[in-house]
Amino acid sequence: MTELRVLDPKSAPPREEPRRRRALDLRLAGLLGVLVVLCAVGYATRPDSFLTEANISTMLRLAAAIGVVSVGMTFVIISGGIDLSVGSIVALSSVWMTTVATQSYGPVVMVLCALLVGLACGLVNGVLISYGKIVPFIATLAMYASAKGLAERLSGRRTQVVTETGFTTFFRGDLLGVPVLIWLLAAVFAVGWVVLNRTTFGRRTFAVGGNAEAARLAGIDVKRHTALVYGIAGLCCGIAALMVVARTTSGASTNGMFYELDAIAAVVIGGTLLTGGRGSLIGTLIGVLIFTVVGNIFTQNNLDTDIQNIAKGVIIVAAVLLQRTTSARRRGARTT
Amino acid sequence: MPSLDRRRFLWGTTAVGTAALLVGCTSNETGNSAPDAVAAGSGENSRPGKAVTVGFSAPAADHGWMAAMTKNARAQAERFSDVTFKATEGTNDVNQQISQVETLINDKVDVLVVLPFDGKALTEVGRQAMDAGIPVINVDRVFDTPLAYRTWIGGDNYRMGVNAGEFIASQMKAKNIGSPIIGEVAGIDSLPLTQERSRGFKDALARSGFQVGPRVSAQFTSESGEQQTANLLQAATKLDALWNHDDDQGIGVMAAIDSAGRNEFVMVGGAGSRNMMDLIKADSGVMKATVLYSPSMASSAIALARLLGQTKGIGDLAEHDIPASITTYSAVVTKENVDQYLDVGFDS
Repeated sequence: MTELRVLDPKSAPPREEPRRRRALDLRLAGLLGVLVVLCAVGYATRPDSFLTEANISTMLRLAAAIGVVSVGMTFVIISGGIDLSVGSIVALSSVWMTTVATQSYGPVVMVLCALLVGLACGLVNGVLISYGKIVPFIATLAMYASAKGLAERLSGRRTQVVTETGFTTFFRGDLLGVPVLIWLLAAVFAVGWVVLNRTTFGRRTFAVGGNAEAARLAGIDVKRHTALVYGIAGLCCGIAALMVVARTTSGASTNGMFYELDAIAAVVIGGTLLTGGRGSLIGTLIGVLIFTVVGNIFTQNNLDTDIQNIAKGVIIVAAVLLQRTTSARRRGARTT
Repeated sequence: MPSLDRRRFLWGTTAVGTAALLVGCTSNETGNSAPDAVAAGSGENSRPGKAVTVGFSAPAADHGWMAAMTKNARAQAERFSDVTFKATEGTNDVNQQISQVETLINDKVDVLVVLPFDGKALTEVGRQAMDAGIPVINVDRVFDTPLAYRTWIGGDNYRMGVNAGEFIASQMKAKNIGSPIIGEVAGIDSLPLTQERSRGFKDALARSGFQVGPRVSAQFTSESGEQQTANLLQAATKLDALWNHDDDQGIGVMAAIDSAGRNEFVMVGGAGSRNMMDLIKADSGVMKATVLYSPSMASSAIALARLLGQTKGIGDLAEHDIPASITTYSAVVTKENVDQYLDVGFDS
């Protein structure tokens, strides 16, 4: 299946193999089913407050930052890599954009600063991995540690409150009746989907993840491509940092804690292969929403957080098993 | 290849320019930080006496409260002309903290002030110091045995919860609310200090026939405070009161309340940050009070260390010696008394 893509990755998108397409759709349908069941549980237990406009808006805003990070993570994992540094990059960007100096230059510089810091960290990851030949796990682990350290250094481990009201008014406000954060989340997903599924860049990402050597032989500059993919992940972290700062009205080195784990979990239950070469952004989105809805349902019913963590673990395993059985039925023994 | 060179040149300048821009954004200098909480000293004890060298060891200043502890200790020591202050670099590695305390013992300081990262892990080295004849003042996180310290000074998590509960109960009664919905944003649930705070809160409310309604637990960070509170506010469409255990996470809690546009309830904080005290003073929103767990205890610890070194007692007490245990009081700071407490408010 991957061979089909790799043979001519630069050409126009090949027709999706119908059988494969059905398998993917079935997997997504299963995942969507999980989400619908969860929403039904939420509605059944708290009919008065679960499916209200305010609660849905709250859930989507909570999903925004981790959702954007997960978009970047989907690209990285499809390309056959992993990024453990996303949480620290979010922390560093959030701190850098809220220093007294940055805030004094106004909201535009704050936004640029977050995006640039994120992009730069991502590119450093990418260059270390592709040109420095350090395995992704180690290179991004190093970035995880040093970005966190730098964030602590810059902030003096304090919580930096945003006093720039221009920034908070815009990002915490609404646009056409919908919170700006939700627009941003939607925009990042839309752009991500188009890039991944409708451009040469996306094709090449699948090709590199499916078989890097074959991709190289087919004329793809694998090193440059890998570096760029990590750059995208970093940029997504910069956008997520904007969202976190907007939501908490502060930047701190404790921001983005465990984002790497949450993002990887969302990507994997979304049906993206950890070994690369196959994946779906829509699956990732549903994965992120599933976790947000679970958290919300637990709080709605005033249940303990420890039970919530158990449920999270069970959901990860259940979703992966569910997908494997649905795809196994379709594709016989050639499953993953 | 001139075109390639030009491209490289352009990319190079862009990268250098960007780096310069980012470096220009790292400064964090501000003119106004919270004042240091220092004990003024009174009577006979305030006069300079025998020179005392005080050794100080604490965990890394990784959040506002802990940073204030170290800052206050230093400021208090500088206040005394007869105290030489020897502080070690703050660390969250217990092995490192043990060796730091050992170094201070070898330096033969007169008194040791130790705020351990983990009380159990530092007990043994506390005993070593006591055995070497150096009195140890154990701050906040208590050692396993009184043999390891001369005096303990620390806060009272249970009473923090009690005082928060009693303040809220009195507010509810004043407003004539029969069965109020009272929410709680706790800290990390697995920590004993969080459990004690919650127990005190529950007990105090129960005395008035009230109970804790919606409850979430955050991670002492502003981000987790925001996430948990956003969900809590959706679950509780109407609230009468809300207690947040920690003012550091309170920044996020306040952001969530602001996002949800809620103002129908009374909010009480915990620990006593400068930020929250300013909000209480302004009285412009839900924030009405905060229950102290004040880092001024570090200042008191240094003052006690000096008195111990000079073998003096506490001025107004009949005791000849410094007491073996001092528990600081978790006062409720409200709009009425906030001016008296602004000096102990710490930067988040």
